[in-house]
Amino acid sequence: MTDSVANPPAPRFASVHTSPEARARLRRRYAAERRFRIYGIVAIALALGVLGVLFFTLVSQGYSAFVQTEIALDVHLDPETIDPEGTRDPARLQRVRYNRLVEAALREAAGGVAEGQERALAALVSTGAQFIVRDYVLANPDRIGETVRIRVPASSNADQAYKGFISRDVPENQRRISDAQFAMLDRLEEAGRLATGFNTILFTNADSRQPELAGLWGAVKGSFYTLLVCLVLSFPIGIGAAIYLEEFARKGRLTDLIEVNINNLAAVPSIIFGLLGLAVFIQLFGLPRSAPLVGGIVLALMTLPTIIIATRASLKSVPPSIREAAVGLGASKLQAIFHHILPLAFPGVLTGTIIGMAQALGETAPLLMIGMNAFITEAPDGLVDGATALPAQIYIWADSPERGFVERTSAGILVLLVFLICMNGLAIYLRKRFEKRW
Amino acid sequence: MKHALVATTAALALAASAGTVSAQSRDQIRIVGSSTVFPFSTVIAENFAAYTGNPAPVVESTGTGGGMQIFCEGVGIDKVDATGASRPMQESEYRRCVENGVTDITELLLGYDGIAVAVAQGGQTFDISLAQLFQALAAEVEVDGAIVPNPYARWSDIDPALPGIEITVFGPPPTSGTRDAWIELVMLDGCATFPAIAALKESDEARFEEVCQRMREDGHFIEAGENDNLIVQRLVSDPATYGIFGYSFYHENRDRLSVLSIEGVAPDIATIADFSYPVARPLFLYFKNAHRTVIPGLQEFIEEASSEEAIGDDGYLVDIGLVPPPREDRETARAAALGGAQFARH
Repeated sequence: MTDSVANPPAPRFASVHTSPEARARLRRRYAAERRFRIYGIVAIALALGVLGVLFFTLVSQGYSAFVQTEIALDVHLDPETIDPEGTRDPARLQRVRYNRLVEAALREAAGGVAEGQERALAALVSTGAQFIVRDYVLANPDRIGETVRIRVPASSNADQAYKGFISRDVPENQRRISDAQFAMLDRLEEAGRLATGFNTILFTNADSRQPELAGLWGAVKGSFYTLLVCLVLSFPIGIGAAIYLEEFARKGRLTDLIEVNINNLAAVPSIIFGLLGLAVFIQLFGLPRSAPLVGGIVLALMTLPTIIIATRASLKSVPPSIREAAVGLGASKLQAIFHHILPLAFPGVLTGTIIGMAQALGETAPLLMIGMNAFITEAPDGLVDGATALPAQIYIWADSPERGFVERTSAGILVLLVFLICMNGLAIYLRKRFEKRW
Repeated sequence: MKHALVATTAALALAASAGTVSAQSRDQIRIVGSSTVFPFSTVIAENFAAYTGNPAPVVESTGTGGGMQIFCEGVGIDKVDATGASRPMQESEYRRCVENGVTDITELLLGYDGIAVAVAQGGQTFDISLAQLFQALAAEVEVDGAIVPNPYARWSDIDPALPGIEITVFGPPPTSGTRDAWIELVMLDGCATFPAIAALKESDEARFEEVCQRMREDGHFIEAGENDNLIVQRLVSDPATYGIFGYSFYHENRDRLSVLSIEGVAPDIATIADFSYPVARPLFLYFKNAHRTVIPGLQEFIEEASSEEAIGDDGYLVDIGLVPPPREDRETARAAALGGAQFARH
């Protein structure tokens, strides 16, 4: 303003900044800024909206998988069927086919059954019920001969019907529960035998072809072992490589080349690592297929660049004065790094590692190549047992034709998301808790 | 820091030793193979583990061709024990097996599976002949005695009696045993009914095979991957599209799908078992006999897979859509499989 007063260039206006053209330009610049803000808000709203739709679909489809319909049966543990010789030999008790006992108890619970409807009635209870009875007998052999109340899961179709997902208005030949079966379910409910409870099977069982018996425990354990191998390999190697590259390596063509390659590696599609794992670890080294050991090694290759890049960045952010002070007081270079710089850089290193692990947890493509999408009804007990991982389990369920797997797929995704949110939350907490500002 | 490094190194050594120890022995049976056999082999595996108390087998769905490749890698503790196939093992596959030392193989016939052409309920169903299916799906067809790129865009272009909707068919990719069976049972039989193509068989056999086996690639036939369930979902979302997949998948989704009859016969348990439905194929499991004494439970697994409880007329595999072989065939197949009869293909 002082300029324009000092040398007035235009006759009619005090300043070029207040001329009509200038005001118009100003308005345009403000308008541009407003538009940009609106774009930003729209972009965020769009992202939140999509996220909201995703969560809404998942929760609305998946919530019902967390409850399971159960049928309370008074099973008569008939010694004639179970153990006619009275030896109580567990190996023999193991092999008895208990489905007859279950079917008899079910007939009694439903108040009898019409001629020719036995199969329809038996189809209401899970085929796993006989194994629940067997496990009960194996655990309590002294109860043989008594009648005991055992709660067994309903079959997937009966479960869907009881939850109200199968409409009675649909023509009978187009639904999976017949009119007769609906009547039986009604009778069971009147007798107080039907109840829904929290679906513990979803968290304690491994995979099954029967939706009502399928759980995530095998996949959770598989993911745990895989991530353990991944962490044990990628954490020390990644930090070691980063320290060497950052602190010791002479800057030159070679280190530049290595740096570019590490950055490129971080961008390689994950399926490539799966192919590498198949060709090198399984076919060349003869490691077993479907094993968390191989999965972990493959995911470690994928996680390494993330850890190296994060570690180098946090090493760089430690002020040089700390290093100089340490060296000035007589510390060797190694001592300066391990006693002073690395501890200060550690929050950043941990954050990078946890985010790398979270990525590895959600990774599916390389696992498909090395056979970790296998069907296994038992949770793995070690690094070389056949196993599957959480995202691969979701993939298998999404593939399965049975209707009960639709809700389980969504429930599996929700569980995976909870794990991911916990890991990312931990990373944020560590960063906030230990972060230092200079 | 020092402690952390020592601990991780120790853990690393532990992991490595776990790897070497396990290579010495294995208690889980490992099965790969056809996606059509997968629903059946997984149920066998689950029941085998539940009834016998053996460790649960590891079953992977790799497609018939992919399964053969893994199966024929060799004999040993780190190789798979069995593969599922929706067609018999081919000569080239058998030769590769023998080259890699897998000479003693047993074949178990599980049963039969029809290949169904299905549409969402509410879509149009009609009867179609093998020749018409060839005309709808081949890359090249015969028109007025000349072999030309497939000109048919609508079903009614082939025969005015068929519906006037665009031909859109989802089907299996070349790695699938379902595709191999489809080519053999539909395309080869269908193309032989056309005189100009049939004449090629004498004059130019390579050209004959090309014409008969190539599926069209102009968007009317769409390869939908190994995942048959995906095809089912696509059909349900668009009732004007048709899908080709195993009968068992149709069986599981009867409430959402309708099926086309071929040559006047609709697929069901009876028509597939007596082969009056023209597109039926056998399902097999192949086992390595050398593994029987080494892998615990493998013999019992074969017993379970061939038992009446599994593949009998009321077996649990029949409940999910397998068509069981006739009783005598079952008994011969069971005896052969349990005794370890050596399979050969030359």
